[in-house]
Amino acid sequence: MLRDITIGQYYPADSFIHHLDARFKIIVSFLFIISLFMINDFYQYIPVVIFVMLIVKISKVPFKYILKGLKPIMLILIFAFGINIFLTEGEVIFSFWILDITKEGLYQAFFMMMRLIFLITGTSLLTLTTSPIMLTDGLENLLNPFKKIGLPAHELAMMMTIALRFIPTLLKETDKIMKAQMARGADFESGNIFKRAKSLIPLLVPLFISAFRRADELAMAMEARCYRGGENRTRLKTLRYTKKDIIGLIFIGLYIASIIGVKIYL
Amino acid sequence: MSISIKNLTYIYDQGSPFETMALEDVNLEIEKGEFVGLIGHTGSGKSTLIQHMNGLIKPTMGQIIVNGFNITEDKVKLSEIRKKVGLVFQYPEYQLFEETVYKDIAFGPTNLGLDKEEIDIRVRNAMDIVSLDFEEYKEKSPFELSGGQKRRAAIAGVLAMEPEVLILDEPTAGLDPRGRDEILSQIKRLHDEKKITVILVSHSMEDIAKLVDRIIVMHNGKIELTGPKEEVFKHSKRLEEIGLGLPQILYLVNALRAKGIPIDENVIAFDAIKSEILKLVGGKHA
Repeated sequence: MLRDITIGQYYPADSFIHHLDARFKIIVSFLFIISLFMINDFYQYIPVVIFVMLIVKISKVPFKYILKGLKPIMLILIFAFGINIFLTEGEVIFSFWILDITKEGLYQAFFMMMRLIFLITGTSLLTLTTSPIMLTDGLENLLNPFKKIGLPAHELAMMMTIALRFIPTLLKETDKIMKAQMARGADFESGNIFKRAKSLIPLLVPLFISAFRRADELAMAMEARCYRGGENRTRLKTLRYTKKDIIGLIFIGLYIASIIGVKIYL
Repeated sequence: MSISIKNLTYIYDQGSPFETMALEDVNLEIEKGEFVGLIGHTGSGKSTLIQHMNGLIKPTMGQIIVNGFNITEDKVKLSEIRKKVGLVFQYPEYQLFEETVYKDIAFGPTNLGLDKEEIDIRVRNAMDIVSLDFEEYKEKSPFELSGGQKRRAAIAGVLAMEPEVLILDEPTAGLDPRGRDEILSQIKRLHDEKKITVILVSHSMEDIAKLVDRIIVMHNGKIELTGPKEEVFKHSKRLEEIGLGLPQILYLVNALRAKGIPIDENVIAFDAIKSEILKLVGGKHA
């Protein structure tokens, strides 16, 4: 069950997208998010659909895998859909009990759902095609100019690396403790919300203890190897823009142009 | 309580790039009252296999029949199975969570819905089996205990459910020699006295040789060898190839035998070998 969570996971493959510079991909993701919020009508999604589909195709990440990433946010999607559909005022087309479904609500609900879906798929493509180390390296590099105003870029990046590194470890640990308690007759799946919350204690206590233990061990191991922040650190793999990034740049330029084009002419 | 496994296959992360075949067409019979050793290299599928036995993992293919019930069917109540098949995970002390040792050991029996008196009896019994003094430890926090004591408290937590089959995944990993011997002898005594079925997972040939009747050797998700320990230890070549080897003492015996010194092939216990050798040396030591 916990193995199904693919948000933030890296999908190793040898593709054009995987070989792009992490910094470039981060910037593109930002541009993509901004572009999503520029859209204010359905047909404007056409370039977005084409863009996302193309990237998925090139990245060699199976489509099924990306859909799986949407599963954990299903609840949010349904919630947002429900709120939009029932709480938007306008021309009523269907009503039961105290709930009215309006034409505008229906429109709004689908529109927002598409925005959310693209937001998740688009950004999860970043983590799916960029290894966590590359990602945080890229982020640190992008944040470097802000060091002058006192932003601890290296420390932030290191914290992110560690956090990302431990997500799968802690998920595995959760799975293991859950199974161990289930073997002792614990039931995590039935009962009302209070009972369920209470049934989480046997899971959460050991999980927290082990997370603190791991943090402690890691800090010790880092100190034993004389880690002291980002001063004068060099890297095994330095980030370098390549020809591929130029091709990518042309591609993203075309995408933005098409979004603007669609907005103006359609 | 018998366990029968038929054509069991399990694939992790099916359909993702991390897909791995953890178990491949495993067939296995475990009889009531047996003391079985499950041995294999890290990643050979031991842990995955035992988690199938009380329904914690659903097989990708195949059947698991516990006491005549096919537990892979949907309508089977898994809580009934877990009551009968107790599973002690690797490093079980990491699952301790209660304020006191008593409460933690009582967690399993409480989940079974037993009444207070019955729970009390079971906690006392379980602590007695693992040699934790009831009066001294019942009110202590499990987190104050030493490593070996924590381990024993955690094992008691499973014993208190009074399972008919007890599965232990590397119960001695990370313990000092004394802690290891204590836990193993407690398990042995439990098996001898209560006549329960015990499946001991280990990669220590020494422990296995000392305790079990039958050995199941796993390699790359398949059962490589199975049989009485005397038989399995005759395949020393194959055991070495898959990175397991024999108990140290048997290397000595084999070397002696190669020199033409006759030692009975079926003697594998440390003490028995010792007296065999002393007998051969002759004189007053025998």
